Amino acid sequence: MTGPYRRPVPSTWWLHNRAYFLFMLRELTSVFIAAYLILLLILLYRLNAGRGAYESYLRFLGAPGMVTFHVIALAAALFHTVTWFNLTPKVLVVRVGARRVPAPIIAGVNYAAWIVFSALVAWIVLRG
Amino acid sequence: MNEISEHDIIVVGGGAAGLRAAIAAVQADPRLDVAIVSKVYPMRSHTVSAEGGAAAVIKPNDSLDEHINDTISGSDWLADQDVVEAFVREAPHELIQLEHWGCPWSREPDGSIAVRPFGGMKIERTWFAADKVGFHLLHTLFQTSLKFETIKRYDEWYGTKLLVENGRCQGIVAIELRSGQVRLLAANAVILCTGGAGRIYPFTTNGAIKTGDGMAMAYRAGVPLKDMEFVQYHPTGLPGTGILITEAARGEGGILVNKDGYRYLQDYGLGPPEPWPRLRAMELGPRDKLSQAFVHETRKGRTFAGPYGDYVHLDVRHLGEEKINTKIPFVRELAHRYAGIDPVHEPIPVRPVVHYMMGGVHTDVSGATPLPGLYAAGEAACVSINGANRLGSNSLTECLVFGARAGRHAAALAAQHPPRDRAALAAQARDEASRIAATFIRKDTGAERVAALRAEMTRAMEEGTGIYRDEASLRKTCDVLRELRDRFPSIRLDDRSLSFNTELIAALELDFMLDVAEAVAHSALARTESRGSHQRTDHPRRDDTRFLKHTLAYRTDAAPRIDYLDVVITRWPPAERVYGR
Amino acid sequence: MPDPTITLEIFRYHPEQNETPSFRRYEIPYREDWVVLDAINYIKDHIDGTLAYRWSCRMGVCGSCGMMINGTPRLSCAAFLREYYPNPVRVEPLANFPVERDLVIALDDFMHKLREVNPWLIRAHEQPLSDGEYRQTPDEVAAYKQYSMCINCMLCYAACPVYALEPRFLGPAAIALAQRYNLDSRDQGRSQREAVLSSEDGIWDCTLVGECTVACPEHVDPAGAIQRAKLASTIDWYKRVLMPWGGR
Repeated sequence: MTGPYRRPVPSTWWLHNRAYFLFMLRELTSVFIAAYLILLLILLYRLNAGRGAYESYLRFLGAPGMVTFHVIALAAALFHTVTWFNLTPKVLVVRVGARRVPAPIIAGVNYAAWIVFSALVAWIVLRG
Repeated sequence: MNEISEHDIIVVGGGAAGLRAAIAAVQADPRLDVAIVSKVYPMRSHTVSAEGGAAAVIKPNDSLDEHINDTISGSDWLADQDVVEAFVREAPHELIQLEHWGCPWSREPDGSIAVRPFGGMKIERTWFAADKVGFHLLHTLFQTSLKFETIKRYDEWYGTKLLVENGRCQGIVAIELRSGQVRLLAANAVILCTGGAGRIYPFTTNGAIKTGDGMAMAYRAGVPLKDMEFVQYHPTGLPGTGILITEAARGEGGILVNKDGYRYLQDYGLGPPEPWPRLRAMELGPRDKLSQAFVHETRKGRTFAGPYGDYVHLDVRHLGEEKINTKIPFVRELAHRYAGIDPVHEPIPVRPVVHYMMGGVHTDVSGATPLPGLYAAGEAACVSINGANRLGSNSLTECLVFGARAGRHAAALAAQHPPRDRAALAAQARDEASRIAATFIRKDTGAERVAALRAEMTRAMEEGTGIYRDEASLRKTCDVLRELRDRFPSIRLDDRSLSFNTELIAALELDFMLDVAEAVAHSALARTESRGSHQRTDHPRRDDTRFLKHTLAYRTDAAPRIDYLDVVITRWPPAERVYGR
Repeated sequence: MPDPTITLEIFRYHPEQNETPSFRRYEIPYREDWVVLDAINYIKDHIDGTLAYRWSCRMGVCGSCGMMINGTPRLSCAAFLREYYPNPVRVEPLANFPVERDLVIALDDFMHKLREVNPWLIRAHEQPLSDGEYRQTPDEVAAYKQYSMCINCMLCYAACPVYALEPRFLGPAAIALAQRYNLDSRDQGRSQREAVLSSEDGIWDCTLVGECTVACPEHVDPAGAIQRAKLASTIDWYKRVLMPWGGR
């Protein structure tokens, strides 16, 4: 008599199913976003340290490797944002009477807000 | 076997009646400890499959007398009228109790309970939670039962025998599925809530677990089975699978048409088709009449022929998508998944299918059987409110009203703490364990397979005890059942192990079903009249002089002994059943 | 032409006979209108009576017959052979649960957790039955109805990688049922459920993989229930911190 059998969970469990894989990918995006934030903090520090320090850091950021990193980080941020926005209807349940406001509208509001804020930032940055 | 588990009350079965009984018992006397012994986890019980609703008088346009009237005429005057009165009186209280426990009943815009029309009911009084009423009722009861610490559950324990000692029922023997061990559970009172036995037929709405275990256990303990010949065919099941399409589909306005698109029920005394919808008429007639009309329609060659037998169309298209989605969404889902059609755009193929046993363990109005210490409630029992034909939506309410009654009465008995004959109980339990081992586990002779014998039994039941019966076919069925009984000891199992031996359970279920099937066939053979769901082509009239009586079937080693008991008539003398006008 | 057949590869494990599980292949007749459960019943009745599994209603409401079918948690009464034919169908017990035998999983963990969340209506004052029903408008019913549809089939637990890695996690169905009562206008017991929901093994264990909702045959959306519980719990926390004197 050996009792109930417990099946082991392989360390590759997240490769067995597309949904798990995409989930792990989304979790992984946080690494790139964290790295990007560290670079941004260093930028602020250099700015404070003087013009020379700032300009040498900008040259460092212009290196092909760093540009590639930023492209990947941007893709990661976009992926995370899009998947997150698509999940918001699960969290925000808005009811009008007995009917639930459909998911595309809830997600759509997020996208709309995103576009508005991005436009605002773009206007502030680009007008000068 | 050294262990004895002792409880004040044992409830066998964890469906609506069993859970209601257990809660009623611990509420009646919180000092009592109650065990629920169920062969499945309670939320798997067959109550879960009930769809349409539960009847109780709640609206100002309704009255207790109307509900009593409908129930008695629906029963073809075979229901006990004192019992029906008690049932109708307590029904609203029980459904409100369920509401207070959280049941998500559908509502009117003002927040009060909504009701829908149902077959054979003159006034709409069927409470509903869309079309998964049994499911919601069961889960509400089960989840509520979790808050009572004095209710202990034995989930996936299969009861095999009632222990009678000193003239009293003092417990049961049960197999713990996980370990395969045979155990003794002793108690001051036992309540059987094990449901019906639709699985003695090949084509049924009933789930696999509906094998009449409690009926057979009581029968073997010397308790009679009452009115077993009355087997309800639900008029609308899906061909092939037998999956139930609820009467609520017709309650909401659905119609039945033959292959010519004709509403054939108008030809069978169920009234003119217009105006529609109309209560107690046409598609809202009682189930026995509708299923019988189908048979006649088939004989006239006016039904569709399909790979799983003849069928007609249940058409709900005119209700529109919106109403179908809010009132009968499960019908849409089932039709789509199992018949491959969308009822919004196409009619649903349906045919009559075995649904419910009006008969069961003989009890009085308190749920007490003639055996002291033994109670029964729900479909397993025959109390009797259903007589020769049950009205749709009375059975869920019956589980609650008589589950609660049995629970309270068992509690009063158990609180007296009558002495237990422990040594004798242990000896009986040892014998039962040896019997099971010798018959099934430690035996590798014989050539019969469980599934093969079961198939022969269900075929014999369909052939002899279907919607229409006659002496010749009933005699043949009785003979086949006797032959199967003789062959049963030659069963040989593939599985001789202990842990979760479902083949052993299937064999024990078949053993029980053969007993129940014999009670059905012999009761039907002896009743030489036609009443409600029991239609004898050789005796086509109702015979109140000889048969205004309940059948009582007692088990013997040979054929069952049949006896009769007068029906209780109070204020409603037998009359003609009139529908459609 | 011979009658078509289909192969089922079924997970077998017997605690009295095996240390580890194995797979056994069965070739059976193929019928277009059969579900996987029909195929398994055919095997049980005609080929191998030793196969153990649970089933009852065969119409998707009793919740007994959940299995991994080609790696996906499904109700075997709702998974048609024609979805897989002519390829073989691999049938395993629901993932993430201990296996009692063959396709039978142990449910004890869920039964324990279900009770933990107090899944019953809690009221400060019980209205007498003679006063009739509690009023609840159709809109108020709609607010919790979806979460009351859970049939406890355990597909969501089988789909949840968090539960796989951290078996103490309360899990999708139990949390959805807690939410079912929390959102019921008749209920006043949310604070009693909060301790369990917000505990270390409660809602905050969920990382929103979302597969429970995909697996759910009743469209309960447990993932949504959990996120809503997180939101409600967070709002409660802010209220307590920012308005400690506030009350309600």
